[in-house]
Amino acid sequence: MHGPILSVLIWLPIAAGLLVLILGNARIGAGRWVALVASVLTLVLSVPLIAGFDTSTAALQFVERVPWIPRFNAFYALGVDGISLPLLALTAFMTVPVVIAGWSVIQARPAQYFAAFLIMEGLMIGVFASLDALLFYFFWEAMLIPMFLIIGIWGGPRRVYATIKFFLYTFLGSIFMLVALIYLYVKCGQYSIGTFQALPLTLVEQRWIFLAFLAAFAVKVPMWPVHTWLPDAHVEAPTGGSVILAAIMLKMGGYGFLRFSLPVTPDASRELDWLIIALSLIAVVYIGFVALVQQDMKKLIAYSSIAHMGFVTLGAFIAYDIVTNTGSLQGVAMGLDGAMVQMISHGLVSGALFLCVGVMYDRLHSREISAYGGVVNTMPRFAAFMVLFCLANAGLPGTSGFVGEFLVILASFKASFWYALLAGTTLVLGAAYTLWLVKRVIFGPIANAGVASLQELNGREFLVLALLAVSVLALGVWPAPLLDLMRPSIHHLVDQVVATKLPL
Amino acid sequence: MSEAPLSWHTIAPATPEIYLTVALCAILLVEAFCGDRRRGLADSLTLIALIVGAVVTAIWAPVAVRTTLFHGLYVADSLGYALKLAGFGIVAFTLVYSRAYLDQRDILRGEYNVLCLTALLGIFVLISANNLITVYVGVELLALSVYALIAFDRESGIAAEAAMKYFVLSAIASGALVYGMSIIYGMTGSLDLDVIATTIGAGRASLGVILGLVFVVVAVAFKLGAVPFHMWLPDVYQGAPTSVTLFISTVPQLAYFSLAFRLLTHGLVGVTAEWSQMLVPLAVLTLIVGNFVAIAQSNLKRMLAYSTIANVGFILLGFITGTPHGYSAALYYTLVYILVVLGSFGVILLASHHGFEADTLDDYKGLYARDPFLAVILMALMFSTAGVPPFIGFWAKLRIIQELWATQHGILVVIAAAASVVGAFYYLRIVKLMYFDAPAAETPRPHRNSGARAALALNASAILGLGVVPGPLLDLCARIIH
Repeated sequence: MHGPILSVLIWLPIAAGLLVLILGNARIGAGRWVALVASVLTLVLSVPLIAGFDTSTAALQFVERVPWIPRFNAFYALGVDGISLPLLALTAFMTVPVVIAGWSVIQARPAQYFAAFLIMEGLMIGVFASLDALLFYFFWEAMLIPMFLIIGIWGGPRRVYATIKFFLYTFLGSIFMLVALIYLYVKCGQYSIGTFQALPLTLVEQRWIFLAFLAAFAVKVPMWPVHTWLPDAHVEAPTGGSVILAAIMLKMGGYGFLRFSLPVTPDASRELDWLIIALSLIAVVYIGFVALVQQDMKKLIAYSSIAHMGFVTLGAFIAYDIVTNTGSLQGVAMGLDGAMVQMISHGLVSGALFLCVGVMYDRLHSREISAYGGVVNTMPRFAAFMVLFCLANAGLPGTSGFVGEFLVILASFKASFWYALLAGTTLVLGAAYTLWLVKRVIFGPIANAGVASLQELNGREFLVLALLAVSVLALGVWPAPLLDLMRPSIHHLVDQVVATKLPL
Repeated sequence: MSEAPLSWHTIAPATPEIYLTVALCAILLVEAFCGDRRRGLADSLTLIALIVGAVVTAIWAPVAVRTTLFHGLYVADSLGYALKLAGFGIVAFTLVYSRAYLDQRDILRGEYNVLCLTALLGIFVLISANNLITVYVGVELLALSVYALIAFDRESGIAAEAAMKYFVLSAIASGALVYGMSIIYGMTGSLDLDVIATTIGAGRASLGVILGLVFVVVAVAFKLGAVPFHMWLPDVYQGAPTSVTLFISTVPQLAYFSLAFRLLTHGLVGVTAEWSQMLVPLAVLTLIVGNFVAIAQSNLKRMLAYSTIANVGFILLGFITGTPHGYSAALYYTLVYILVVLGSFGVILLASHHGFEADTLDDYKGLYARDPFLAVILMALMFSTAGVPPFIGFWAKLRIIQELWATQHGILVVIAAAASVVGAFYYLRIVKLMYFDAPAAETPRPHRNSGARAALALNASAILGLGVVPGPLLDLCARIIH
C-alpha cells in the first residue's frame, strides 16, 4: 500500500506557494525558506516514487481515484507509468534550481515570484500525474495563469507583448484539444484517458481529433510554424521562467503526443505521420540555421530548443514508417525511447543553459553575445560549466544530449535514409551554433571592461550548476536505469501505436 | 379549473412575492418618515429585509412537485424556488457593494432601495409566471423600476440619456412581446402556458403560431441583449451609475433566463425546432459581435457590456440544444455569469471614489501596486470569464460545449471555441493593465471599505471554490431543470 503520494506532490507546492503569498514581500526572508523547503521536500518525496516504482509492468502505479464530478463521471484520478514518472521527477528536480537561482536576484515582488513557481510546480506535476482527461486539462490550462504573470511581471522590455502572445497561442491550441476531449467524453460517457485510448473511432473522427490534439501539442512543443511565441517568451522571461518553460512546459507537448495523439488516434497518426515528420525535420534543419544567426544568447538557446524538440516529435512519429519498412517493433520502441530520453536530457541541458545565461545576465544585464568575450579569464569555473552544457547541447557522447539524439537517428535509419540524413545535420548545425557561441562568449581575450569586472560564481550558483552537471553526465554515461524504468510502458505504447482502431 | 379554496396552504408557495410587497411598502414608509434624518437607514433595513426574505422563502416557498396557483396564473416549482433564493442573495450583494458609492454621490436614498425591491418583485413574478399576462406584468414591473433606477442620479446627463434610450427601445420590445402573445392567444385560444403547450403540441404548428413565435423570440433576444437587438446594452451599462449597472447586469438575468425558459421551452415547446433554428443565427452573431467589439472598448463598463453580449451568446447556445440538459447548462452558465459579473462591477465600485468613476481602462493601470486585494480578485474574475481553470467560468463553457456536442452541433462548437479565444484577449488586457503597467500618477488610492471587501472576498472564493469542486452547483442546476 502507498499513501496519497502523488496528491502530496501536487498540493504541497501549491499550499507552500499560497503560504509564501500570505507571508508577503515584507516577510520574504521566511518566504524564501518556505519556497526552498517546499521544493526540496517535493523532490525528496518524489524519491520513494522512483524507488517504489515497479519496472516490470506497464500498469499505472501509485493510483489514487476518488469521484470528482459525479455528473460527468469525472474522477480525481492520479497515477504514473514509465512515461510520466521521468517527466514528473524532472519537474520536481528542476524547480529546486529555479528557487535557488532566484534567491537574491529577484527584488521586485519576490513573494509573488516564488509563489508563482511553486504553484506552477504543483500544476505541472498534476498534468503528468492525471489519469482523467478533465483533470489533465484542468491542470494544463491553470498553468497558463502563473506563467502569464511570470513573464509579464518579471520579464524584459517587451514582456507584455511576449506574454500575451504566449497566452493566446497556447490558449488557442488548448481549446481545440478541449473540444476534442469533450467529443470523446460524449462518445464514451467518461473522461478517463485509458478509456479514450481503448475507444474505437472511425478514421474521419480520428483525423479531426488528431488535428485538434495537434493544435494543442504543436503549440506547446513548439513545432514549426507555430513556434514563434517561444523565442519571444524566452527572451523576455526571467531566468526562472525560461528554465521552467524550456525544461518542463515544452515537454508537455511531447507528453501529449505520447499520451493522447498516438494511443487515441493511431490510425490518423499513421495517415498523417508525414506531416509531423516533415514539420519535425524542418524544425531540426531550418531552425538549426536560424539559431546560427542569433545575436541574443537566450534566443539562440530558444531556437536550439525548438530544433531539439523536433527530435522528440520525429522519434515518436517515425514509428509507422519503421513498421512499414522493417516490421520491427524494436525499432519503434527505440524511436520512442529516444524521444523520451531527449525530453529529459533537453530539460536538464536547456534549463542549465538558461541558468548560465542568467548568471551572466545578473552581472552585466545583457544577453547580447557581442557584450561578452573572454569570460573564461574572469570566471574559469563558470566557463567550465558553460562549456560542458554547450557540448551536451551539441550532443557530445558522454552527455545526456548524445543518448536521445543517437537513439532517434538510429531509429530513423530504419524508417528512411533521408530522414536520418536530415536529422543527422543537427550534429553539424548544433555543434556549429553552440561551439560558435562558446567561442564568442567564453574564449578569446577579455572583450571589455564589463567582462573584466565579472565576479566568479558564488556558492549558490555553483551548487545549482554542479547539480545539473552531475545529472547531465550521469544520464549520458549510464542511461540504463532511465531506459529500464520506461521499458514496459514504452512497449505498451508501441502496441497501442501499431494497433488499429478501425473495424476490419 | 377547480382549485382548493384560498387558504394559507394554497398560497404559501407565493410567500416570496407577498413578503416582498409588504417589505417594500414598509421600507417606503420608513423612508418617508425618517429618511432625511438617518441616511442609510433604508439601505440597512433593505439588507435585513432581504436576509429575512431568504429565510422566509426557504421555510414556506419550497414545493415538492410543480404546483400552479391562482387559477394557473402562477407556478411554483424548484426552479422558481432556487432562482428566488438566488435573487435575494444577489440583491443583497449588490447593495453591500453599492453603499459607499451611492453615499459618495449623494444618492443613498430609500427610493433607490425601494426601486431595487420592486425590480426584484418583477423578477419574481416573471420567474413564477405561468400565464402570458403574468409574464407581461413581470416584464413591465421590472422594466419600469429599472428605467427609474438608471435615471436615479438626477445630476447626470449621461444617465438620463441612457434611461431614455432604454425606455424607448424597451417599449418597442414590449410591444413586440405583446404582439407576439396576442397572436399566440389568437391561434391557441388561451393565455395559460400549460394550455398553449398542449394545444400547439397537438398538431403541426400553424404559420400563425410561428409568426407569434418570431415576435416572442425578438422580445426575448432584446431583453437578453442578443445581436442585433443589443444596441441599448452598451449605452445603458456605460451611462447608468455603476451601482445600477451592477444591478441590471446581474439579478434581471435570472428573470430573462426564466422568461426564455417558461415561454420557449414550456409554453412553446411544440415549436422547439422552429425557435432553436431562429436562435442559431442570433447566437452566432452575438458571439462574434460581442467578442470582437469588446476589443475596441476603452471604457471598462462598456467592455463588460460587450462581454455580457458575448456571454449571452453562450446562454443562447444552451437553449439551441433543445434538450433539458442543454437548458440546465444554460442555467448553470447564467448563474456563473451572474456570480462573475457581480464581482467585476463590485471591484469597479470599490475602486471608485468621490468624483472619480473608475470606469476607463486606464484607471486600472497598476492597480496591483495600489490595491493588491482588488487586483487579485479582478484577475480571478477575468480569467474566470475567459474560461481558464481553476475558475468557475471554465465549467460553464465546458457544459455548453458538452451539450452542443451531444446534440451534434459541431460547427457551433467550433464557433464558440474560437469566440472564447478572441474573448480571452480583452480579459487578459485588464490583467495586463493591473499587473504589468505602472500606475498613472494622479489615480487616487481606492479606500478601505471592509464590509464590501469581505463580501467581495466571499464572492471571489465562490468563484475559485466552485471552480475546483464544481459538482454541487452542476447537480443543483440539473436537478431543478428536470
